[in-house]
Amino acid sequence: MPQYPNRQFLEFEQPIKTLFEEIEKLKQTAEKSKIDLSDAIKKLEDAIIEKRKDITEHLTPWQRVQLSRHPDRPYTFKYIQKIFDNFIELHGDRNVKDDKAMVGGFAQLDGETIMVIGQQKGVNTKTRQLRNFGMANPEGYRKALRLMRLAEKFNKPVITFVDTPGAYPGLEAEERGQGEAIARNIYEMIRLRVPVIIIIIGEGASGGAFGIGVGDRTLMMENTWYTVISPESCSSILWRSWDKKEVAAEQLKLTAKDMKGFGLIDDIINEPIGGAHWDYDEASSILKSVILRELAAVKSISAEERINQRINKYCKMGFWEELPEDDIVNNAV
Amino acid sequence: MKKDQEKELDIDQDLTGSETDHTLINQQEVKPKWYKRIRKGILTKTSEKKETPEGLWSKCPECNYICTSTELKENVYVCPKCNYHHRIGSSEYFDLLFDNKEYGELFDNIISKDFLKFTDLKPYQQRLDEIYAKSHLKDSMRVAVGKINGEEMVIACMDFEFIGGSLGSVMGEKFSRAVDFCIEYKLPYLVISKSGGARMMESAFSLMQLAKTSGKLSQLSDAKLPYISLLTDPTFGGISASFGMLGDLNIAEPGALIGFAGPRVIKETIKKDLPEGFQRSEFLLEHGFLDFIVDRKELKSKMSQLIVLFKN
Repeated sequence: MPQYPNRQFLEFEQPIKTLFEEIEKLKQTAEKSKIDLSDAIKKLEDAIIEKRKDITEHLTPWQRVQLSRHPDRPYTFKYIQKIFDNFIELHGDRNVKDDKAMVGGFAQLDGETIMVIGQQKGVNTKTRQLRNFGMANPEGYRKALRLMRLAEKFNKPVITFVDTPGAYPGLEAEERGQGEAIARNIYEMIRLRVPVIIIIIGEGASGGAFGIGVGDRTLMMENTWYTVISPESCSSILWRSWDKKEVAAEQLKLTAKDMKGFGLIDDIINEPIGGAHWDYDEASSILKSVILRELAAVKSISAEERINQRINKYCKMGFWEELPEDDIVNNAV
Repeated sequence: MKKDQEKELDIDQDLTGSETDHTLINQQEVKPKWYKRIRKGILTKTSEKKETPEGLWSKCPECNYICTSTELKENVYVCPKCNYHHRIGSSEYFDLLFDNKEYGELFDNIISKDFLKFTDLKPYQQRLDEIYAKSHLKDSMRVAVGKINGEEMVIACMDFEFIGGSLGSVMGEKFSRAVDFCIEYKLPYLVISKSGGARMMESAFSLMQLAKTSGKLSQLSDAKLPYISLLTDPTFGGISASFGMLGDLNIAEPGALIGFAGPRVIKETIKKDLPEGFQRSEFLLEHGFLDFIVDRKELKSKMSQLIVLFKN
């Protein structure tokens, strides 16, 4: 976790940066003049916590989207490292290549073997490119499916960490069937015999997210978003302008709270005050306890029952109006 | 791009004149022209002029061939000159496929509801009301059951004119009920896709339809009933990322644009021009994502042939 001054601040986090700067000044003064300023520093540190709380309490949907993309935010590997033991990364889709934007492998969660899969973003320019900004190609989705099948064969639960701005819209991606790869994953995940838990840890953009996003439980971390299109793309298509992303974010109702309200996700996972990027350990330990709780619940029923529940759950999603039946249906056949 | 160049070439030829219009060239030599002749059609001889009813013309967007709407309709909306498949709606497909144009429509009492109160440039409800007012459509998919050369089948077909054939809760629900109907009466299922993708105005609800429809397809699969996915121009996004690509057979009409991401988005991402024929049916066939391409004129016979093959 980066510490000040290596920490990065979003626009609405600037007041926190100012407080850090003040602390820094006080520390320098204290060193120079040998005066004990620890009380003043403590006060400022408390003020930082207050500010973090204050900011996250009044976030607009768009700011929530920005927070989900915070450059200091923990990504899949970080959570794997903090929550699991004995992780062994497994590579390749056995067809084309190894997609670095999608990672996965066996790991142990309090002694139990789990298959962990997730999109991985980079932490600096070089790794961001390597990870293709968390945008997987078809081989990434096929690798994920291969690993899920492996888990199914050996009866190990699957946990996926979703964090992607979308599936990669590239030329080769289309040649190798991006749509088919995602479709196949959705189809296979809904009938996977082992428990599947989905956790949105950052961005949950549309099909790219859903390609590893179908399961018994879907949980969203507090400062994440999940919907059918990114607010930017939505703005460009529906408003025919790139400037309406804030409005689009509002209209799409993409926050964890909205999604929970609609019954489209099962629960919201709390984050440390101000967001997961302030404390990786705390974020991971909250996440771990939730995973353990949910896993125990979904493991308690049979595979057949789980699959039926999964299909029924998704079948209930949607809203429509049913006009009074007329004769048309009766005339059929 | 090549087509544009060809068009330019056409225009150039018009301007310089072909062998038959020497007069034009001669005139040009005598006096510089103050106007530009840009259409070949102007030179059509009176003897070649066609007798046609008024106001019923149709121009092929591919080759600019002009024919009467009746002629086009008789040719199942395929350009008689270049075989371009015009975009048609569910009524046309149902008429084309079902024997004697007889079929029963199913679940047409399900309509969209603006649950999220979504407003972009106009409110979602207003968009819906406007379409209800100007068309007979109730949503972007219609389901019907009928006979194809004597064999019963359920067909779900999209209408592009209804918010771009977008996949929302209603399509998801109709799709699901159609699957239940197929299972109950042991019928094969054909889905004709023509859609820009998920319906943004229904936000995450439309995304969830991908899982809903896939889940239903797995039930259809367990019942060992064939599911054929026919992709027509255009099929993108959520459709290709779900049931569009999950057919026991995936087939397409010639020249249809089919893909996950739209060509414009890809072009902007990779900052390169896209190769010719990219994301067309022929491209998908070449890359192994289609079983075959079917001409609209042969669609019905191919479909009944398939039903027989699956059945016996």
